[in-house]
Amino acid sequence: MKPSPFTYHDPQSVAETAAILSEVEDCRLLAGGQSLMPMMNFRFVQPSNLVDLNGVRELAFVREDAGRIAFGAMTRQRTLERSAGLRESCPIIPLALSHVGHRQTRARGTIGGSLCHFDPSAELCNLAALHEAELVLARRGGERALPFAEFGVGYLTTAVEPDEFLREVRFRRWPQGHGYAFEEFAMRHGDFAICAISCLVTLAPSGAVDDIAIAVSGVGAVPFRLGEAEASARGERPGHDLYRALATAASKVEAMSDSYVSAGYRQHLARILTYRAVKSAVENAGMRAAA
Amino acid sequence: MSQTRSIAVTVNGRTYEKTVETRRTLVDFLRVDLGLTGTHIGCEHGACGACTVRVEGEAVRSCLMLAVQANGKSIVTVEGLAQGNALNPLQQAFWEKNGLQCGFCTPGMLMTISEFLEEVPSPTEEEVREALSGNVCRCTGYQAIVDAVLQVAAQARAEKEAV
Ligand code: FES
Ligand code: FES
Repeated sequence: MKPSPFTYHDPQSVAETAAILSEVEDCRLLAGGQSLMPMMNFRFVQPSNLVDLNGVRELAFVREDAGRIAFGAMTRQRTLERSAGLRESCPIIPLALSHVGHRQTRARGTIGGSLCHFDPSAELCNLAALHEAELVLARRGGERALPFAEFGVGYLTTAVEPDEFLREVRFRRWPQGHGYAFEEFAMRHGDFAICAISCLVTLAPSGAVDDIAIAVSGVGAVPFRLGEAEASARGERPGHDLYRALATAASKVEAMSDSYVSAGYRQHLARILTYRAVKSAVENAGMRAAA
Repeated sequence: MSQTRSIAVTVNGRTYEKTVETRRTLVDFLRVDLGLTGTHIGCEHGACGACTVRVEGEAVRSCLMLAVQANGKSIVTVEGLAQGNALNPLQQAFWEKNGLQCGFCTPGMLMTISEFLEEVPSPTEEEVREALSGNVCRCTGYQAIVDAVLQVAAQARAEKEAV
């Protein structure tokens, strides 16, 4: 079908966007349009006002400093996928993006759009959990920064208020040479993930796990970390026993079930993919450190 | 309460100035307003890839863009590939390898692959299949399409080496 009529706004700056949002009601923000446009074509969503962010150039950037990497909300997935800088400093981003939709959708899709849509299986939401993302929400006359845990409220739901919009996303930056892995299971390439596990790890000179992060998506209504299991892994020697313990912890999480995939199957995938992800992250941490 | 805007869009080298409803999708603009019906609509929700066109060089789904978002931009559609009656090498390879049956998916396939081969001139079969993951074909089983892409890539390599 076709979208129902709306009033179209195309602000050119953050300030102009904030001003429009402070005035209009029943409004949707259009980022890359790879989720909102289908919903509008189906008329699941029929906003009276559409605010198109594609003209707001100051929302498209990647900035790296010592402790973190900041992304403008309108940075295209394709830009992140191709970034030589990120390939060095945060190689899990291009790796995970290869699972996001298809080349045509990544050309338009943005990091901010994906986070604000907040699909439980979205790879970028998984990465935000993994990197303890901080999300900067702007509104007229101010802004606030939310930790990821407070940003994602529930299934397809975020804490963004109607007069607010996502301006910037900040990822924690891991030390050079850290290990990384992204393991996903979907029915076909580019389909929604039934389960995805990401892992980052650093090893101490002794070879023991120094720091580790594991994020699970597609399984619960929001992506989450295996916090307790991560804590118990720090200081341990990597190997089959550790991978198995982490995999077991992953299989005990609460899981969604729907008409295609049972909760038990999602937990099974969480177990298998966690084992693989941690093992491969540990192995490439060793290799990258040696290189 | 429908709202309109005037836009200027360059399609296959020719600039069109039109007044469109702001809710007009890019694919409807191309097909209905400009009469360029080579670009197909399969699903209208981003699932099939039949509507793929190149906007500023990038292959995108034109059912998921608004015509107003194309204002000032340069677009290439399937009509922009052939030179008069002469098929371009990719089209020729589709012809030779039976890369189409009903032809419904073909415009989207061609536009996707034309971008992909500029980026990856010597792809492996696996890379071709991954590049085509966003284009659905109900007829060919994909094998003939993959063959056509690999053939045209091999030809381009051979020509380059001959120079
Ligand atoms: S018509 Fe656009 S993707 Fe199917
Ligand atoms: S040739 Fe018929 S859908 Fe592809």
